[in-house]
Amino acid sequence: MDRYIKVPLTEDVTQELQAGDYVYITGFIYTARDAAHKRLYECIEKGERIPLNLENNVIYYLGPTPERTGQIIGSAGPTTSSRMDKYTPLLLEEGLKGMIGKGKRSPEVISSIIKNKSVYFAAVGGAGALLSKKIKYSKIVAYEDLGTEAIRELYVEDFPVIVIIDSQGNNLYETAVEDYLNTTK
Amino acid sequence: MKIIHTDEITKHIKEMCIEANLQLTPDMEKAIKGALEDEKSKLGKQILKQLEENMEIAKKENIPICQDTGMTIVFFKLGQEVRLEGIPLEEAINEGIRQGYQEGFLRKSVVGDPLLRENTKDNTPGIIHYEIIPGDDIEIIVAPKGFGSENMSRIYMLKPADGTEGVKNAVLETVKMAGPNACPPIVVGVGIGGSFEKAAYLSKKALTRNMNEQSSIEHIKNLEEELLEEINTLGIGPGGLGGKNTALGVKIETYPTHIAGLPVAVNICCHVNRHISRRI
Repeated sequence: MDRYIKVPLTEDVTQELQAGDYVYITGFIYTARDAAHKRLYECIEKGERIPLNLENNVIYYLGPTPERTGQIIGSAGPTTSSRMDKYTPLLLEEGLKGMIGKGKRSPEVISSIIKNKSVYFAAVGGAGALLSKKIKYSKIVAYEDLGTEAIRELYVEDFPVIVIIDSQGNNLYETAVEDYLNTTK
Repeated sequence: MKIIHTDEITKHIKEMCIEANLQLTPDMEKAIKGALEDEKSKLGKQILKQLEENMEIAKKENIPICQDTGMTIVFFKLGQEVRLEGIPLEEAINEGIRQGYQEGFLRKSVVGDPLLRENTKDNTPGIIHYEIIPGDDIEIIVAPKGFGSENMSRIYMLKPADGTEGVKNAVLETVKMAGPNACPPIVVGVGIGGSFEKAAYLSKKALTRNMNEQSSIEHIKNLEEELLEEINTLGIGPGGLGGKNTALGVKIETYPTHIAGLPVAVNICCHVNRHISRRI
């Protein structure tokens, strides 16, 4: 079903979301990908303060292209989530409630999603031009030296995603392919 | 003998980097639209619709089709009767990449040392494959390759006894393992034969073929068709969310090999299969 949700994402919202739901997200979210995740992880492990508040927030696995004059952001599609798997459980423990990416997640991440009542969304891979139109504001807030991998704060309006793994651990990548194959039998 | 200044090569490479990232070739566009027409899964159809809309926005508003504007792969065919003047060829090609990624507002995704991982900030160096051809022409293919799909590629050193069945299993296993990660619908480049590195090169070269062009070798053409059909019965579908269109095409290149081996490389590319060619 179609759902319109706002960030910050609270547990009562994440627990309502079901794998397969079409979700339109509005609010402030953060971008972070490989290099930024590594830094956040090492920071938390050392007991240092990280430069953003993860509590009830959403991270979008994104490294955009540079914006042209007059543009808010360049092409802005999701990157492969599994590269972040090593770091994700710790970020979920720190209060992160949602992630937007594409592709499979590890069993450890899925367990942590269930434990922390969070949710994993996918945006359409390779649709960076289309998705950039849903981003209304973008500002680098940390790790500027990482270039495209810097952490950005984005304001998104009705950003289209699909729930892949819900807070009960249902996994759309498994069920959707099975469902399709059953209909073709 | 034709004299070509390397400044001209820089200019072409620059333009090709930009163009390739903003617009797919007509055959790729047609393949995506064709998939939308014959997709049976509702979710799959919706994903393909978004991809179609995405291509239009990219073209109209000069936004790269995908944010991963890739590592720049260059296939450079140099006519043996061409004399080059100017800076060394490799520098000229990398300068073209540098200018293209800067002026085209493309993402710089290359790190200099693979372990220290500091961004070179200009997307250089590219990966350049040289080939010497007869005549006095230069043929250039620029293919920006994203790593979402590149990371899902595999190489197999099969035994001669594994034969065609072994090749099929290798391709299907790679596609299954990639699942949703490689942004399906995908294009599958396969290199069979040669040596370890030759097979990998062939699999990448196969991806630069026109979508409508099948292998000129009868049994390889049949293998391309069979593999496409078998991949599309896996049900992975657009976005990995179930459907008919897991792959838009399978392209196979072959080369003679050693009596003891059967190397097979499977290079997966997402639907943003960018490659643009020019002849100078």
